[in-house]
Amino acid sequence: MTDAAVSPGMGLNQTASKSAPLTTADGKPLKAALRKANGRARRNALLLVAPLFVFLLFTYTIPIVQMMARSVMNPEVANNLPNTSAAIGDWDGEGLPSEEVFAAMAQDLKNGGRSTIGRVAARLNTDMPGLRSTMMGAMRDADEFQAPFKEALLADDDDWGDPRLWTLIKRETRTITPAYYLRALDYEYDQAGEIVPRPENLQVYRSIFWQTAWMSGLITILTILMGYPVAHLLATLPLKRANLLMILVLLPFWTSLLVRTSAWIVLLQQEGVVNNFLVFFQIVDDNDRMRLIYNRIGTIIAMTHILLPFMILPLYSVMKTIPPSLTRAARSMGATPLRAHLTVYMPLTIPGLAAGVLLVFILAIGYYITPALVGGEGGIFISNLIADRMTGSLSQLRLALALATILLVGVLVLYWLFNRLVGVERLKFG
Amino acid sequence: MSTGDTWPVSIGFDDADHEGLTIGKAACRTCSKLKRRQVLANQAERSVGAAVTFDGVQKSYDGETLVVKDLNLKIAEGEFLTMLGPSGSGKTTCLMMLAGFEPPTHGEIYLDDKAISQLPPHKRGIGMVFQNYALFPHMTVGENLAYPLKVRGMSKSEIRDRVERALGMVELSGFGGRRPAQLSGGQQQRVAVARALVFEPNLVLMDEPLGALDKQLREQMQYEIKHIHDNLGVTIVYVTHDQTEALTMSDRVAVFNDGVIQQLSPPETLYENPTNSFVAQFIGENNKLSGTVSKVINGECEVELDTGATVHATAVNVDGEGSRTTLSLRPERVYIGPEGTDNTLDGRIEELIYLGETIRARLTVAGNDQFIVKVPNRGSSTGLTEGASVTVGWSTADCHALDPIAT
Repeated sequence: MTDAAVSPGMGLNQTASKSAPLTTADGKPLKAALRKANGRARRNALLLVAPLFVFLLFTYTIPIVQMMARSVMNPEVANNLPNTSAAIGDWDGEGLPSEEVFAAMAQDLKNGGRSTIGRVAARLNTDMPGLRSTMMGAMRDADEFQAPFKEALLADDDDWGDPRLWTLIKRETRTITPAYYLRALDYEYDQAGEIVPRPENLQVYRSIFWQTAWMSGLITILTILMGYPVAHLLATLPLKRANLLMILVLLPFWTSLLVRTSAWIVLLQQEGVVNNFLVFFQIVDDNDRMRLIYNRIGTIIAMTHILLPFMILPLYSVMKTIPPSLTRAARSMGATPLRAHLTVYMPLTIPGLAAGVLLVFILAIGYYITPALVGGEGGIFISNLIADRMTGSLSQLRLALALATILLVGVLVLYWLFNRLVGVERLKFG
Repeated sequence: MSTGDTWPVSIGFDDADHEGLTIGKAACRTCSKLKRRQVLANQAERSVGAAVTFDGVQKSYDGETLVVKDLNLKIAEGEFLTMLGPSGSGKTTCLMMLAGFEPPTHGEIYLDDKAISQLPPHKRGIGMVFQNYALFPHMTVGENLAYPLKVRGMSKSEIRDRVERALGMVELSGFGGRRPAQLSGGQQQRVAVARALVFEPNLVLMDEPLGALDKQLREQMQYEIKHIHDNLGVTIVYVTHDQTEALTMSDRVAVFNDGVIQQLSPPETLYENPTNSFVAQFIGENNKLSGTVSKVINGECEVELDTGATVHATAVNVDGEGSRTTLSLRPERVYIGPEGTDNTLDGRIEELIYLGETIRARLTVAGNDQFIVKVPNRGSSTGLTEGASVTVGWSTADCHALDPIAT
């Protein structure tokens, strides 16, 4: 616009000084005015999301933080043997601790009641079998202990002269411990305080983590193989028939998870529909019916079915936006239908495919109910172990929390990797 | 267009008798025009050399209604033929059948005397420009252009050369590395055209390629497509609902309505001598007057209008004496206060709209209150006022008696 005329609304301020900050007609800085004008809208928007924000804070963020905190917490020894904890800090770990530590221990044994010392003894006994009776015995005799306490305790039980006992106590007086994480990864402290793998017959978590991961991966691949053609069909069918098909896809969503899983039990069990069918057509022998459930196969079949919509829906939403003229253009230029599909259509569905993969894999990796119902012994996921440990003792609960935290971190790492590889902002969830 | 000098040589269409291509734009255009006229003349005499033939083609999608009813059309080699019609008239369906995306329900389509109904699209070798360009969004402009060449298994260096040349042709050199989304509408359009031409097809189909552009760009692109056509001599079948586009670019226009070609003529004929009321109505502005034929003599007829007045018209599409007819009159061929015209009628000026070069007058003539007359703006006052009673007149040759339309 070369027009020299100044519209009345612009005022003199703007024409007078081009370099100075712009101001409104009445001389206030433009930026402040803008902030003020937009401030109300922003405040209102914040107020609208505040209930959800508060809700999430209390039901989601805080519990997660608590979970992570509790999975490393170890307050029993420190709280219940306060004097010892204070005194043992100065011990260098060589030989036996000094007289003061023994004195503090005697004091703690004297002060602590049956239940207090019992709790500590139970806690320590898991790492050093036999320690429980040593401590409980000392507690009963604590009133008679006289200085020097070192000799008194050693006289009470030889075990007090074992440096490993004191090493253990010193280690356990720290209120934060990685012990549950070590356990969750099938490691432990040996009696000398070194981190070593657990005995092979006790190792369980790592293999279940691994099983959870590969089965989730396999389920994701199966949902891609089955969901991709369905999504394509949905996106290309005439609207009326596409809607019908969409209802069929969504139908499982509207059925209780429990019902769906139970239906698979009816279908897949050894006297179930599938086996009867196979026997009837003499594909398998009546005495050799297939085990399709209460093992990995059952978990994979049922979970693939249940998670299929999570693959189909994002794929469908992306495919819907791909104009059919693109593949037509490719074909008009000489590409065979297959080539047009692979070079033009497929690359454009990647955002939906990636979203589906992310959804299905992450949902699968934390799945609980289906593996619990149809997984039997072999087909369980890490969530099933977590749930099982949650109902156990305090240390079992902390172990469960450590497992859950590892699962959470694992998922976050996967998400991060995925973001690096595909780019989350490109994803289309539907 | 500077590229006119370089492109035609290098693109190397199999066109041995067409030496004009190497000379340059001006000569080339004349030459290709001449050649096309010749082809058209041949076609009129013997119907040979047609690059595309629709032979009794019918198309139905639902088995109940025909979208295309018995289409017979010969398109000459090197011709620019436009299929023009309102939406739903069957023109796009025809194009899709030609491209191979829709099978004809009945009849056969020939490409250079070869039946192609059973041939899948990728084996037809037909270039196509789609309505919304259909550029591949996940590829760069260069990759888009290279696509048909890669499919044909060309060497990398040859692909690079051809892509470069094609980009030069549409004046987009240096844009090869960009994504389609980074281009303006007009640039995307050029890429689409270049992509349809880069593999040197003998036939290029364009499905409303300019529909998404604004008016100015559209006009510019019309000329560019026309020039490319003139330079390359490739047959183009162009589908549009925009009559201006059709008239500007085509050698011949096929006006579609209701699945039938209403008229197939060069643009001038279409406008000057429409053969039925639909074409008269669809192409350009048109005044209609309804009446009954009272006499037919030597290609002229006397028509008694519904108001009782009698006028003369060229008998184009009338059934004979006593039949109903609709007269068609172009607004610029009607004069107000005429001298020496064959026909005159009384009218009243209802509205005057100043349009710059012309003044558009809406009159009531013979009961039609939408009778438009375009009065050229000759500077001096026209002396027209709204509400004035005037006499309007036209020559019999400009008034066509066509098939009746229900009013």
